[in-house]
Amino acid sequence: MSSSADDAVVQLTGVARTYEGFPPVEALKPCDLTIERGDFLTVVGPSGSGKSTLLNLIGLLDRPTSGSYVLDGVDVGPLDERQRTAIRGHRIGFVFQTFQLLPHRPALENVMMATLYRASARGDRLASAREALHGVGLAHRIGALPSRMSGGERQRVAIARALAGNPSLLLCDEPTGNLDSATAESVLDLFSQLNAHGITIVLITHDGEVAARGNRTVDIRDGRLTELSRRDGRAS
Amino acid sequence: MAAFVAVLGITTTANSQIDSRFDALSSTQVIVEQQTDDPFLDAADFPDDAEARITGLAGVRAAGLHWALGANTRVSAQPPPAGGRDAVGTISVMAVSPGFWSATGVSVKAGRTFDAALADDRVAVVGEGIADQLGMADVGGQPAVFIDDVPFTVIGVLRSADRVPDSLLSVSIPANVAARYWGRPDPPARMIIATDVGAARTVADQTPVALSAADPDHFKATTAVEARALRDSVSSDLGVLFLVLAIICLVIGAVGIANTTLVAVLERVSEIGLRRSLGALPRHIGAQFLMESTALGAIGGLVGTSVGTWCIVGVSLAKSWTATLTPWTVVAAPFIGAGLGLLAGLYPSLRASRIEPIEAFRR
Repeated sequence: MSSSADDAVVQLTGVARTYEGFPPVEALKPCDLTIERGDFLTVVGPSGSGKSTLLNLIGLLDRPTSGSYVLDGVDVGPLDERQRTAIRGHRIGFVFQTFQLLPHRPALENVMMATLYRASARGDRLASAREALHGVGLAHRIGALPSRMSGGERQRVAIARALAGNPSLLLCDEPTGNLDSATAESVLDLFSQLNAHGITIVLITHDGEVAARGNRTVDIRDGRLTELSRRDGRAS
Repeated sequence: MAAFVAVLGITTTANSQIDSRFDALSSTQVIVEQQTDDPFLDAADFPDDAEARITGLAGVRAAGLHWALGANTRVSAQPPPAGGRDAVGTISVMAVSPGFWSATGVSVKAGRTFDAALADDRVAVVGEGIADQLGMADVGGQPAVFIDDVPFTVIGVLRSADRVPDSLLSVSIPANVAARYWGRPDPPARMIIATDVGAARTVADQTPVALSAADPDHFKATTAVEARALRDSVSSDLGVLFLVLAIICLVIGAVGIANTTLVAVLERVSEIGLRRSLGALPRHIGAQFLMESTALGAIGGLVGTSVGTWCIVGVSLAKSWTATLTPWTVVAAPFIGAGLGLLAGLYPSLRASRIEPIEAFRR
């Protein structure tokens, strides 16, 4: 973690999350984590270990109990919900295990949803959506309905949707959890490709093989975060 | 919505049906009867010049007496003795004064009615159906009709009458002649008065005095307006009842929309979570569901309006009524539907806007 703060997409300092209750649950113990631009970080850990808590915090879906979070050089701690929502929409692209596509809308419209809540012109939104679909190799499936697509295609549409908003960070929650191994492989290849083009990815998984795709891997166990390996030497 | 429009429409249709039957004639009509239910009064006949007295009142267009002759009167087209007894009682005979014809607004199919000049002659006017029954196609040949063997010349055949349609089913003879041959009216005579529009009430007040200044209680004049006031109160009660029914239908519809929207919200939790994670604010989500329920209400209003209109047309056809529908009911219905949808969507939208983006990650 020697690079300058300017280069960091995510900088967590002493971030912890405790859920109220009797007794209070320390889902995430105070931890530091810096994700640099162009990183492909995988997060592993058994279920209930705090993976989702970390994802929610990074994704601005939840606020930490303590510590500070700087995203793209902005300290998001003191921001109100409205501002956090705007940052979430602009800076973070989500990829879900269950794809979360609207089944009765063609791929293009699903991807265009990414920019629906921005003040951008329809023409621009259309162009960015086409480009994103092209980027995931689905240029020929632009008008297809998700209900007529294979799982791999669906997840590619979902990834295109996450990319269409041109985010700083791609946040993926078990993106291959619902796919068979061959399809999962191709989706992971796509992630590697995207990463090679400079896109920062955080991928949460419980599968060690999937985790090995990243250039960095952190492990969460009982709310404690440890960096396992760092494989630099990727093309960048 | 359909029920709403149908109920309102059928109410207006029925009301206007009743109205049209009432309105045209009733507001210009006064009926005068002898007071018979007071045991301390002697029954008094109408004075001989009753018609002239009443016609002289301001606002009166025409007035005429009429009474029915006893049920045992024999009517026949054949001279006695051939006009057998079998004709007894099958055709009724009315005694009417000359003013009766204009007071009841009759139209004549052939010939003429009798006026004051013929009031003391043995002439008769018969209804269209009676003319057929007696075998009189034409009055040109001055056919005769025998009433209790007294011959009368038939001078006219009636086609229609606005009031007292009994004259269409009777042989009518001048009142003076009837009194001469058959005596005092029994049952008692009645007087029908046609007035100018709006004058009925005043005329009714003045009539008993004009007929019997010494003892006005002998006569009782009633206007149809009194009957109408009663009808109005009944029909407004009925209207309120139907309106309540329509409102209940609306409430049921609104609850239906609210339920549908709420179910939609619960089914689409993950979509809402997704939209939130894509940068949608709670108000975006709320507005989306509010618009959906409003559109649902508006479409329901449109469909309901057409279905309701067809219902009214159908009912009217079946009942051979004239379908009547206030245009405002039709114009307003889709908007009421939209407003109802908006109202019904408030709570579900609120629920939707409170869903957190984290929901997209669960399941």
